[in-house]
Amino acid sequence: MKISPSEVAHVAVLARLRLSEEMSQKLTGQLNDILTAMDKLAELDTSGVPGTNHALELNGAMRPDQARPCLGHGQALANAPDSDGQSFIVPRVI
Amino acid sequence: MELHQLTLTQAVELLAKGEVSSLELTQALIGRIEDTEPRVNAYLTLTPEMALDQAKAADQARAQGQAGPLAGVPAGLKDVLCTAGVRTTCGSKILENFVPPFDAFLVSRLKDAGMVLLGKHNMDEFAMGSSTENSGFGPSHNPWDLGAIPGGSSGGTAASVAAGSSIFSVGTDTGGSIRQPASHCGVVGLKPTYGRVSRFGLVAFASSLDQAGPITRTVADAALVLSVIAGHDPADSTCAPRPVPDYAASLERGVKGLKLGAPREFFVEGLDPEVEATVKKAMSVLEGMGAELVEVSLPHTEYALPVYYIIAPAEASSNLARYDGVKYGLSVRAEDGGLMDMYLDTRSQGFGQEVIRRIMLGTYALSAGYYDAYYGKAGQVRTLIRRDFEAVFEKVDALLGPVTPTPAFDLGQKVDDPLQMYLSDVFTLSTNLAGLPGMSIPAGFSRAGRPIGLQIIGPHFAEETLFAVGHAYQLATEHHLRQPPL
Repeated sequence: MKISPSEVAHVAVLARLRLSEEMSQKLTGQLNDILTAMDKLAELDTSGVPGTNHALELNGAMRPDQARPCLGHGQALANAPDSDGQSFIVPRVI
Repeated sequence: MELHQLTLTQAVELLAKGEVSSLELTQALIGRIEDTEPRVNAYLTLTPEMALDQAKAADQARAQGQAGPLAGVPAGLKDVLCTAGVRTTCGSKILENFVPPFDAFLVSRLKDAGMVLLGKHNMDEFAMGSSTENSGFGPSHNPWDLGAIPGGSSGGTAASVAAGSSIFSVGTDTGGSIRQPASHCGVVGLKPTYGRVSRFGLVAFASSLDQAGPITRTVADAALVLSVIAGHDPADSTCAPRPVPDYAASLERGVKGLKLGAPREFFVEGLDPEVEATVKKAMSVLEGMGAELVEVSLPHTEYALPVYYIIAPAEASSNLARYDGVKYGLSVRAEDGGLMDMYLDTRSQGFGQEVIRRIMLGTYALSAGYYDAYYGKAGQVRTLIRRDFEAVFEKVDALLGPVTPTPAFDLGQKVDDPLQMYLSDVFTLSTNLAGLPGMSIPAGFSRAGRPIGLQIIGPHFAEETLFAVGHAYQLATEHHLRQPPL
């Protein structure tokens, strides 16, 4: 087994997801199938091969460090689930 | 011919000559939407009043001698593209009521060119899927056969262009999401080179793979749309600071003297015989017009699928961390719950099953102890895939092959088998991993009447070659002129 039910539960917490028992079971099976298919990559010897994170080598795009207009307060808060007009309001943190 | 059947090129010409007004054309399209939407479900949001206002403004501007390259042409856009003041859901319940405060860079370009916005197209949630069945708002249907999937994730977009409820459109492609639905719906779909079109305002799925591009009825239409949306945008640091060539001029280059490669690994077991026969016939048409066909090899093709399904979910798990119920989107807050409860409840209730599956897969692949075995390894194999293409493009100008292993499958056929669903992208994924441009053009139909596409892949920034090959093919064939039986 590539990934156990307890690992699925651990990953769900890392991903900030609450899974039902049914969903957990289904996902464990599906993730095992998918991860088994990924084993194909082990066939290849990649020692010494550099990784590709981006298809094009565009490194360090620079621009002048200048102030530019940005979203106003009202616009930035327009989609807020809860706000007091100045800030986003969230449930108690501590 | 009815107005909704016009190609973009034809519509632009009629508008320029004054033979039709934008208001007439827009009214015709709104009528077509009312007629076809109950069967096709290509749109998630419709903006008819706004469209009529924009059409009137376009007609007035034209009367004053001001008309951009798309002036007065009505179109919908994939709902992954932010549109200021118009709801943008990305096919997800978590963004059901999200109204962006800004336009995506390419949307601004389209508006500046005079496009009239009809609404936003249905798609697989967060562009994850191959059928639109992962949409949080129900699937779209294939205009050629309402029992078939339109493909995905830009399925609503391709279906809409095929159905005549959008004169042209723009979709996005992370692993085949423009080309696969274009192939299934009998329209043209171009995924440009990574970095050709700005990703600013495109809701992120996998940032090293995502790219927006045209979905149109003809190759000439795709060239026109790309000429409007391509170009440097300082707001996207991965957008290439390169001049945009004259794509319209490239259409007439022809294929004489071009060397076109057929990758051996694209014609393997599992490829439907009807797809194989159709693609080979299209290749012989191009050969007959003076192109030289060469068999080539991309030896790491079979590894593209596992590489993609590590890298894309890994990037997605990181990108989708932003949906936390704080700043926008769904927020589920239990009466006595804390911040962590809000995160857990919001994300679990807001995301659909495929999105949850990919977030889980990506989080696992990036988690402590597994990073090197999965993400690290996948990045190395990605290099090998990229080198395969670099080697063949020293010998040939472009590659030809199938877009998908089969014609469109039936709705419901693969929903419970994610791995089978992933296989429908097996011929499109590698171009995203290598950042190459790829285009699907209509090449024929299965006996059951479902469209089959031909894929043309080029080196980085060789969109002009794709247009030359595709346009030459369309001058010699009529598959792209057929209309679905709607």
